[in-house]
Amino acid sequence: MAAHVTTPGAVEPKMWLGGIEPMKASYGKLMMWFFLISDTFTFSALLVAYGTARFSFPAFSGNHEDFTFSNMYWPVPERVYESVPFLHGVSLPLVFVGIMTFILIASSVTMVLAVEAGHRMDRANVEKYMLWTILGGFTFLGCQAWEWSHFIHGTDAGSVMKVMENGAWIEKTIFGANLTENQYGPPAFADFFFFITGFHGTHVFSGVILNILIFFRAATGFYDKRGSYEMVEKVGLYWHFVDLVWVFVFTFFYLV
Amino acid sequence: MAEVHHHHVHNQDPEAGAEQRKAIWKTFWILLIITSLEFVIAFTVPHGVLKVSIFIVMTIVKAFYIVGEFMHLKHETKTLIWSILVPVIFVAWLILALLLEGNAIFEAIFG
Repeated sequence: MAAHVTTPGAVEPKMWLGGIEPMKASYGKLMMWFFLISDTFTFSALLVAYGTARFSFPAFSGNHEDFTFSNMYWPVPERVYESVPFLHGVSLPLVFVGIMTFILIASSVTMVLAVEAGHRMDRANVEKYMLWTILGGFTFLGCQAWEWSHFIHGTDAGSVMKVMENGAWIEKTIFGANLTENQYGPPAFADFFFFITGFHGTHVFSGVILNILIFFRAATGFYDKRGSYEMVEKVGLYWHFVDLVWVFVFTFFYLV
Repeated sequence: MAEVHHHHVHNQDPEAGAEQRKAIWKTFWILLIITSLEFVIAFTVPHGVLKVSIFIVMTIVKAFYIVGEFMHLKHETKTLIWSILVPVIFVAWLILALLLEGNAIFEAIFG
């Protein structure tokens, strides 16, 4: 403890027990990086599976204006995601998901500003920016809940599709989507939507929980007593990773 | 411990980290502009290989700024940078391999 009092915020906490600091990163930070690499593999597996499924289905070949939902080909994403809350029946392709992307990027900025304030031991600013980040996280989750709800309930008219039921092909109007039925396209499309955005949403949710914990510990002076705000940085890495994954989901699920 | 806290408060320089904050906001604007451009391209460029390629390049540029600046990887040691990048290169190969595989399945069923 004596060492801490005389040289506050010095590098001692970064030294590993062997007395050196591999890759000039603290133990916790390096382990966070390795965890994120393993998480990259998990998300990649989901996106790779999505790509494989998409390439093994016929693509819609006509004009985008003439596109109609069918389980015979993969849907055009901008025609699936074209609803915005409070604007019922108005076609606004990709607008809502664009807003969600903006919210997540903005919350990444407030997170990195909290990390920067932590470097200066500026508790007030760490608290302020952590609260903004938490708010951004909750807003994103709220948007996702709305998007899921709309996706599950479907459009007013639904889509008429030929499906196999009890060994016979029948025509049936399908509203919305679940894991076995999908009004927007092949059932696999809905399955990937639920799994990929769901797995990402779970990450956002645990990120918000961690951010709340960091905010609480900063606000109660825990990091001042410890002499280091490095925890903000480590959780920040996780939060940026969640943003990063969304950038890829946004491109490969919504744009391409 | 209270003394430690005071020590820091007195040492606080309002200009400290100003440059870093400038870099953070610069990165924010770059990310915002690229995302806006993606929207413009989504509704102006005809669907095809060119459009998909533009989107992939833009996504990689965005990833570069998020990982490099926000996650600070650009400023870490070279060993750490490569420890992260090398596995990702293998992932990129896996993506390509399985897209080809998906295409082969398509050919087998519908070709």
